[in-house]
Amino acid sequence: MAFDAVLFYLFAALAVGASLLVIGQRNPVYSVLLLIASFAALAGLYVLLDAPFAAVTQMIVYAGAIMVLFLFVVMLLNVPREDAAEWDRSHPLNRPGAMRFGAVLAGLLLLELSWAVWHVSTRQPMALSETSPGSVASVAAIGRSIFTDYAFPFEATSVLILVAMVGAVILARRGQGLE
Amino acid sequence: MITLNHYLALSAMLFAIGTAGVFLRRNVITLLLSIEIMLNAVNLTFIAAGRQFAAVDGQVIVFFVMTVAAAEAAVGLAIVIALFRHRESLNPEAFTSLKW
Repeated sequence: MAFDAVLFYLFAALAVGASLLVIGQRNPVYSVLLLIASFAALAGLYVLLDAPFAAVTQMIVYAGAIMVLFLFVVMLLNVPREDAAEWDRSHPLNRPGAMRFGAVLAGLLLLELSWAVWHVSTRQPMALSETSPGSVASVAAIGRSIFTDYAFPFEATSVLILVAMVGAVILARRGQGLE
Repeated sequence: MITLNHYLALSAMLFAIGTAGVFLRRNVITLLLSIEIMLNAVNLTFIAAGRQFAAVDGQVIVFFVMTVAAAEAAVGLAIVIALFRHRESLNPEAFTSLKW
């Protein structure tokens, strides 16, 4: 097996395993830390896909900024662990009718997904093209694209960030916020 | 040989995990984390497709998705803080004032 295939399966297993543990945790602090591991594995996959800019942004912006914000809020609120008894009592999926209906739908979806994966894998596989990965990997090309073709969305993004900043300050303010 | 299909299958698995998290967990913060998992699954699809078709557009869109995710996390966590101040709970079942 080629080296990049080994790396792909390693990072893929890490990402899927960490994500499963994220939703399997009752303690939100562990969830956030595991999600950082999942994002690191995804950054490794981005490197394999010749996207070093996306990998670095993933680590700095996602793992470095957004996840630290989450961790900060979790620790600030001193969030209680999810209560298993409360889960049993109040979860909408815990009623027999909803559970049976959901199980049937999930089974159908699993059947359909496995059929699709089997069908796709037996067909001619679409190999990742070997043509000039350099043009995709170049940060200069990404920057040129952002400031020419995507100039308007880029400017709109700055307004979005401003609105989000003002909104976060207003919402989280004690006193005249939501009250 | 790793093909585009491998990446698409991985992305589908991550998205399914995120969706399951939204339905199964009863904690607003974990719901937001599940949404981040779903956003990242979509990012992986964009980058794999961009690599396949030798276009930078995939990575540009991932850049925008990350910006929107940052804004969403900031506003979402501010709402979580405000809700926690009112109800002393993070269980979404506790926030039923708008339920008819």
